[in-house]
Amino acid sequence: MQFKQIFVAAIASAALSLAPVSARSQNPTVPEGVRLGLNYTLGTKPGVLVLPMDSVGGDSVRAIIQRDIDYDDRATVIMLDDASVRGMMPKTGDKYNYPLFAKLGVVAILRPERSLTGITVTMYDVAAKRRVQVGGFPLLAAANSLAWRLALHRASDEVERWIFGSPGSAATRVLYSGGDKQIWVIDSDGENATKLTSVSLAMSPAWSPDGTKFLFCGFTPSGSQIALYSFVTGDLHWLSGTARGLNITPTFSPDGQTVAYASGTDRGTDIMVMQLGDASPSHAITVGKGSDNTSPSYSPDGRQIAFMSGRAGHPEVYTMDADGTNPSLLTEFTYGEQAYRASPDWASDGRRIAYQSRIDGQFQIMTIDLRDRSTKQYTSDGQNEDPSWSPDSRHMVFSSTRTGPRQLWVLDAESGRMRQLTHAAGARLAAWSPVLKP
Amino acid sequence: MDPRKTILGLVALALTAGCHKAPAPLAAVPLSANSDSLDRARADSITRANAARQAEIARAQAEQDSLRAVREREQREAAQNVDAMKVLSATIFYDFDRSDLTEAARSLLLAKVPVLQAQPTIRIRITGNTDDRGSSEYNLALGLRRAAEAKAFLVNNGIDASRLAITSMGAEQPAAQGESEAAWSRNRRSEFAAITGGSNQ
Repeated sequence: MQFKQIFVAAIASAALSLAPVSARSQNPTVPEGVRLGLNYTLGTKPGVLVLPMDSVGGDSVRAIIQRDIDYDDRATVIMLDDASVRGMMPKTGDKYNYPLFAKLGVVAILRPERSLTGITVTMYDVAAKRRVQVGGFPLLAAANSLAWRLALHRASDEVERWIFGSPGSAATRVLYSGGDKQIWVIDSDGENATKLTSVSLAMSPAWSPDGTKFLFCGFTPSGSQIALYSFVTGDLHWLSGTARGLNITPTFSPDGQTVAYASGTDRGTDIMVMQLGDASPSHAITVGKGSDNTSPSYSPDGRQIAFMSGRAGHPEVYTMDADGTNPSLLTEFTYGEQAYRASPDWASDGRRIAYQSRIDGQFQIMTIDLRDRSTKQYTSDGQNEDPSWSPDSRHMVFSSTRTGPRQLWVLDAESGRMRQLTHAAGARLAAWSPVLKP
Repeated sequence: MDPRKTILGLVALALTAGCHKAPAPLAAVPLSANSDSLDRARADSITRANAARQAEIARAQAEQDSLRAVREREQREAAQNVDAMKVLSATIFYDFDRSDLTEAARSLLLAKVPVLQAQPTIRIRITGNTDDRGSSEYNLALGLRRAAEAKAFLVNNGIDASRLAITSMGAEQPAAQGESEAAWSRNRRSEFAAITGGSNQ
């Protein structure tokens, strides 16, 4: 592995593409607005070692940071037993035996220490044999509470920014419909699974862009209606701008002002849009002419909407402008093919759309690259459905029957590595949150 | 007036009156009446009483017969109603990922038309359902389209659209569990239920 040198790069630059600068020649004081990053060969995962932390709760702090870095899928967490690691640590100060760490494949050493308000994390570059970053992270909430864990995930995300130039997305949560057909939320690392609703048949949760609210649909005496839930107040209210009957698959526009959803009548199901906090009624933006159009997902710039439609005789994924003009088939159409493509989700980097596609009778998770229309299949075992991108567009959460009962799984879009997120049967229709601010 | 009838009438009156508190006005019996006429009057009276009793029995019998007839008619009508409700609530089935009506579905729907026409106050909710193989979100829309196809067929056959509400449960309320065509084919269905009041949809 050839990632032994430190370099300095402007934040705006693509750090990894720059030629490495010798550590000896660089200015040891880092100017404001300039960040440090480790240099490593693309396609390899740099080894990261998290040192034990001496204090109550230290083990769980270390374990959470290690897991976050592991789940981020960009580094290899070097797992050493406590005694070995302590034996390798200097008695005092930070004069580490860097060659020894290098031999173990460690590129970066992370040292978490308790501070007055939380933790301080120091990062050492093994190749450059020096300290390269120090950051303080407040942990003000009670240990192991939801807020405490989210704050620690933020620390992990920032440490990943130190290493890779872009933050991780551990400080996020996933909404889903549980086996009890209620909306649940779970932390990105699989902790704190919590039921949020008690309505009839709650489905299709969708986060607001600021992560403080979500939309979903549930059954009421006047049909399936759209509800808005606030994490701030814990209140749930049914949106009044919808018609009686079938109203499903809500989603927010990226500016949080518009709700797009599907509404069904005798004449089929069409995508509607409605301004939030506005008395003006919904209006249709698709003209399905008796076909079904559902599951809208906005492009990150808000100008386009991906959706699924049966207008060609079988379910396919389409895109259109946000006002409903210029609908076009997203995936390649093969005449006579009985394809079934569904559940589009537009990545926040704008480049790809994830969807499910029926292959040999089973749904699989696919992505299509919007630049060259190339597709990639990520799964092959069981039924795999309803992908939702992480806010950094590097992971997807989806439901899968690969091990039997339907569960949520997370896959790394780069390597295809998977991990199971939920452990109670029946979880589906997941929605990955934006990065959650304190 | 025939005096014998008068006497009989008086005797009858006396007999009847005898049953009551008032003393019989025996003094009113004409002295000219002989023992023969009295005997006949008694016999006639008995015959009459018998006839009255028989009439009473016949009346009770007729009443019972009539009650039984009503009861039988009610049972017959109830049975017909059960049959009518069976026809009305008969579930129809669909092919995979299709909402168009099969021949079997059409004949089941046609059978509902006279029942709906005979009972103009009944309203029906049609609930479309799907098997669980497609997208669960899209299945809600597919279920609604199945219900809409059934509704359109009934409307085309003369049933007022305002009597037919449609809804969908998608794949959320399966009639049969399991991952087999046997289960799936039972789940791709529209169900029909009588509803009262409320507006359409």
